[in-house]
Amino acid sequence: MLPLEGEGIDLGPLLPEYPSEIIAGIILFLLVWFVVAKKVVPIFEKTYAERTEEIQGGIEKAEAAQAEAAAALAEYKEQLASAREEAARIREEAKTQAAATAAELRQAAQEESARLLETARAQIEAERAHVVQELRGEIGGLATQLAGRIVGESLEDDERARRSVERFIAELEAEAEAKTV
Amino acid sequence: MIPLLIPMEGESHWPPGVDSFDSRPLFPELGPDYYWLNNHLAQAVIGAILVIVFWLWVARNQKVVPGKKQFLGEYLYNLLRNSIARDILGHDYRKYLPYLVGLFSFILVNNLFGEFFLFMFPTFSKIGYAYGLALCTFILYNAAGIRKYGFGNYMKRMTLPAGVPLGLAWLIIPLEFISNFIARPFTLALRLFANLFAGHLVIMVFVVGGGMLLTMTEPANGFPVPLLNAAGAVSFIFSFAIFALELLVGALQAYIFTVLTAQYVSSAIAEEH
Repeated sequence: MLPLEGEGIDLGPLLPEYPSEIIAGIILFLLVWFVVAKKVVPIFEKTYAERTEEIQGGIEKAEAAQAEAAAALAEYKEQLASAREEAARIREEAKTQAAATAAELRQAAQEESARLLETARAQIEAERAHVVQELRGEIGGLATQLAGRIVGESLEDDERARRSVERFIAELEAEAEAKTV
Repeated sequence: MIPLLIPMEGESHWPPGVDSFDSRPLFPELGPDYYWLNNHLAQAVIGAILVIVFWLWVARNQKVVPGKKQFLGEYLYNLLRNSIARDILGHDYRKYLPYLVGLFSFILVNNLFGEFFLFMFPTFSKIGYAYGLALCTFILYNAAGIRKYGFGNYMKRMTLPAGVPLGLAWLIIPLEFISNFIARPFTLALRLFANLFAGHLVIMVFVVGGGMLLTMTEPANGFPVPLLNAAGAVSFIFSFAIFALELLVGALQAYIFTVLTAQYVSSAIAEEH
């Protein structure tokens, strides 16, 4: 360390005041080195290793949780989709059913109304026939009476009178029919 | 204030010089044989103890999730581990990490002694301590290289870089030898020593000189007393800037010494030169 010491050159501050400084420096530094190597660095490295492990474990756990969440989400989405499909199907069904029911009801109502109309018409026809029958008799009687009074003779012969009335009415009817045709 | 700031140099002589750095024996009554037991040895010992205590303290009760104390320790430790050791040494860094951690913190603490009360003296401005550390580093990087390549092979690698034509070997071998085996340890020691020596000298000039000017009671060299006192005050104030600079220099020199040590080890064990 002191190659020029013996040659009479003044090294000034480059020459240690006491050679023991060199030894003291070395010993103290070796002491520091020893403690750091045996105690400090192993503790720090152990902590780092633990931390790395923990972080890695944490990341793996988080990844697993994420995968689980993704699976659950997919399942829910699937369920939701099938539920939507079902709802649409039910709605469609209900719509068809409602339409069918409405058509059925309309049909029934139409039938009913037709039936009522038919009945009413038949009744009216029957009543009319009855009235016509009655009127025919009454008018015949009245006409005979009237004719008897007019001709001054009693048309006692009912049979004949009835026949002539019949004939008259038939003529009237024929006339009416010819008119309508 | 001056005796408090510079308790060991005193203002007995002016200007401050090389002898301002002389050590003061702790036990002068024992005679010159025990002069090596001096104040600077004491502060070096205290520095080493502080470093050891600090690291043991921050390493105690470490948790995976760090607290404040551990965070501080890890911050410093990571700086050395990742930015110096791992970046320079690569995958082999773990083996040399304790050396670098101890080296950096030991130098740093002793350098900071230059700016803090009680000592006000950077230990490494005594060149013997710097020689000691440089010698340790010298042994470390050569031992690392010799262990990896064997003595002959290592010497060949360190003196004759691969690819040098044999015709130039007569020139390259002495140059590389001087550069790798002589210049390296000496420049390490001298760089550390000279920075702190010079820095401390400047501080002494400003503080001691400022104190002298401030307490002048008679005109000197034709300057009136108020001017001398004002100059002393300015120099005193300016010394704080120098203190700040010296804090930076102290930290920087610790860093440089450590980085170069790592660099030398790395070049000694490198696969390709």
